[in-house]
Amino acid sequence: MLGIVRRKVGCEVFSAMKFSLALRKVLPTGSALPMNYSTATKEITVREALNSALDEEMSADPKVFLMGEEVGEYQGAYKISKGLLEKYGPDRVLDTPITEAGFAGIGVGAAYYGLRPVVEFMTFNFSLQAIDHIINSAAKSNYMSAGQISVPIVFRGPNGAAAGVGAQHSQCFAAWYAHVPGLKVLTPYSAEDARGLLKAAIRDPDPVVFLENELLYGESFPVSAEVLDSSFCLPIGKAKIEREGKHVTITAYSKMVGYALQAAEILSKEGISAEVINLRSIRPLDRATINASVRKTNRLVTVEEGFPQHGVGAEIGMSVVEESFEYLDAPVERIAGADVPMPYAANLERMAVPQVDNIVHAAKRACYRSVPLAATA
Amino acid sequence: MRLKIQSFSISNSQAVVSRDESLVLYEDMVLGRVFEDMCAQMYYRGKMFGFVHLYNGQEAVSTGFIKLLEARDSVVSTYCDHVHAVSKGVPPRAVMAELFGKATGCCRGQGGSMHMFSAQHNLLGGFTFIGEGIPVATGAAFSSKYCHEVLKESTPNRLDVTVAFFGDGTCNNGQFFECLNMAQLELWKLPIVFVVENNLWAIGMPHLRATSDPEIWKKGPAFGMPGVHVDGMDVLKVREVAIEAIARARRGEGPTLVECETYRFRGHSLADPDELRKPDEKASYAARDPITALRKYILDKELASAAELKIIEKKVDAVIEDTVEFADSSPLPPWSQLLENIFADPKGFGIGPDGKYRCEDPKFIEGTSLSLESCLPANHLHRCLIPSESSIRPNSIKVRHG
Repeated sequence: MLGIVRRKVGCEVFSAMKFSLALRKVLPTGSALPMNYSTATKEITVREALNSALDEEMSADPKVFLMGEEVGEYQGAYKISKGLLEKYGPDRVLDTPITEAGFAGIGVGAAYYGLRPVVEFMTFNFSLQAIDHIINSAAKSNYMSAGQISVPIVFRGPNGAAAGVGAQHSQCFAAWYAHVPGLKVLTPYSAEDARGLLKAAIRDPDPVVFLENELLYGESFPVSAEVLDSSFCLPIGKAKIEREGKHVTITAYSKMVGYALQAAEILSKEGISAEVINLRSIRPLDRATINASVRKTNRLVTVEEGFPQHGVGAEIGMSVVEESFEYLDAPVERIAGADVPMPYAANLERMAVPQVDNIVHAAKRACYRSVPLAATA
Repeated sequence: MRLKIQSFSISNSQAVVSRDESLVLYEDMVLGRVFEDMCAQMYYRGKMFGFVHLYNGQEAVSTGFIKLLEARDSVVSTYCDHVHAVSKGVPPRAVMAELFGKATGCCRGQGGSMHMFSAQHNLLGGFTFIGEGIPVATGAAFSSKYCHEVLKESTPNRLDVTVAFFGDGTCNNGQFFECLNMAQLELWKLPIVFVVENNLWAIGMPHLRATSDPEIWKKGPAFGMPGVHVDGMDVLKVREVAIEAIARARRGEGPTLVECETYRFRGHSLADPDELRKPDEKASYAARDPITALRKYILDKELASAAELKIIEKKVDAVIEDTVEFADSSPLPPWSQLLENIFADPKGFGIGPDGKYRCEDPKFIEGTSLSLESCLPANHLHRCLIPSESSIRPNSIKVRHG
């Protein structure tokens, strides 16, 4: 029988140090949080990053609660909320029935009153059942009420293609939600992104759509001690330059950042130095960083997993045309998923999602080099 | 499971309300009626525009429930929300100005007829999508329970109650059933009253044609909560049911589904020619006008004289005249208002002690940790506030509109 720990919430003063010590004492065995802080860099998975971020934010603020299907007793459909039910009890880690519209709206109503719900969608494809609430009540309430009522809610879950899950489980919704004024849309890539952006999202007073990626959950990334600190946060609306370069800018988000980095490595062997931007935030989009980069490299390749029409790349391309047109030496290249519902067969699925080769070829087209050159000095 | 209600018939010799209570009810219903009639006038004169849905005939439901609520209780409505707003205490001037789209409206002209919000009066909208308000109301009730159980911030048996108003058509919608289910969950038992204003018609679609089992109150027991049917044209009967339903919720016994049989005297909206409803149906409900019925009751039970009621009516007329003048003479919103209030905090993380946006600190952008205090939302309804001695969150934050 699991002991449900009811945390007595009072007026404790948390210093970072005391917090980490306290955390060590109360964590159940097998907790996902890394225990050893002494090494300069250590590796954690995206899953551990998300779990620790949720844990820390729930610990620091009793108004934060988690709600969704299978988040409690099942430990999370993808184990992101592992250990949280034991730690915080069923009042704060709520297993819901399969009623996305209902529980998304309940989250909004609770957020009206200053609670901070984290609503998990098992995948963002299921958010379509709740889209009325994400857009019409969460995104628009602050505006409709002229600032009287804000909605500090986070909608999170895996987004985009997984592996062989078919058409209804594979869509990327970044463009859909980023279209709406009143929402903030975040797309973490690494463990650092996952921790920093989820903490930022939970603390943010506005509705945030937090798009994770199922295939990234198990990937490990090195993280510094700062990242593991419980007060670590990343700003919303700022992209990160993952790799500096001179010849072409490649923008990407979520899983595609990894692909773009691999592409950049391949390109560097052919004398093309690619600058890879991890967007991190689709809305607000960090137009300043993107444009500064394009003004430096004069060429742009946008990469996304979602459908091409009216996608994130379309917006980035237009932003660059609006702000940095004279700096472009080549047309903007747009790499996106195929304009088809996701097929099931593995070989077709592979063709429907961008691969590293596609990014390499696009970068070469942007550089007007379809044929590999000998490396130049 | 039926709610135990002692039913008082109107022929009972003793009045079921005091004189003062009856006059409060009368004035509130008259205010609602005259307000809506004025809306119609103003619409046809072009002062009001867009979609306007009027509440004429249904006043007993709004008054019957809302006049029993305390200031801290919440009301969630639909697009037919003017009278709910006024009953809840939003100044009629603010509602009328909102309808005229003026800067002095309760939402500064941002919301309009269908999106009335007032944080001060715990009026949570104003939603156009059928069924949309129900989960929001359920969430508000959830927050009341959460504050009590988790944050230990309210006294036992004194939960803040939420009343959700919606129509007969909504009772066929998925979100209605989802929330009936969740409000009654073992661990939840939320302090909410689901009030169905069954006026028998959507726009031109009658309830009987749209619904396989038209008795809506029965859907309550199907989810384990009491379901009550009441004559929604009689404010005293509505009030009796409301007293018990609200008390149940406040004590923590959970939700109640109340079906009020009522009728709208006007079309669905001011654009609706209302050709499908039969004249004799309309006439039969007009004869049951809730204001006329209460008036008769007050005079029969000698709670007040006709002259006193006349004074109330004149007072209401004056109030409404004033609201129109106020709304008319109020300014339109400034252009700058277009881009305001998209976010509570556009830059995120608010403003640090040095007076600058925290997220523009170079250390922040690099992701190196600061001992960040996070911010409470700049604007939210005040139910659960952590006491200010807590070091984690400051209680107020100045936010610039981005």
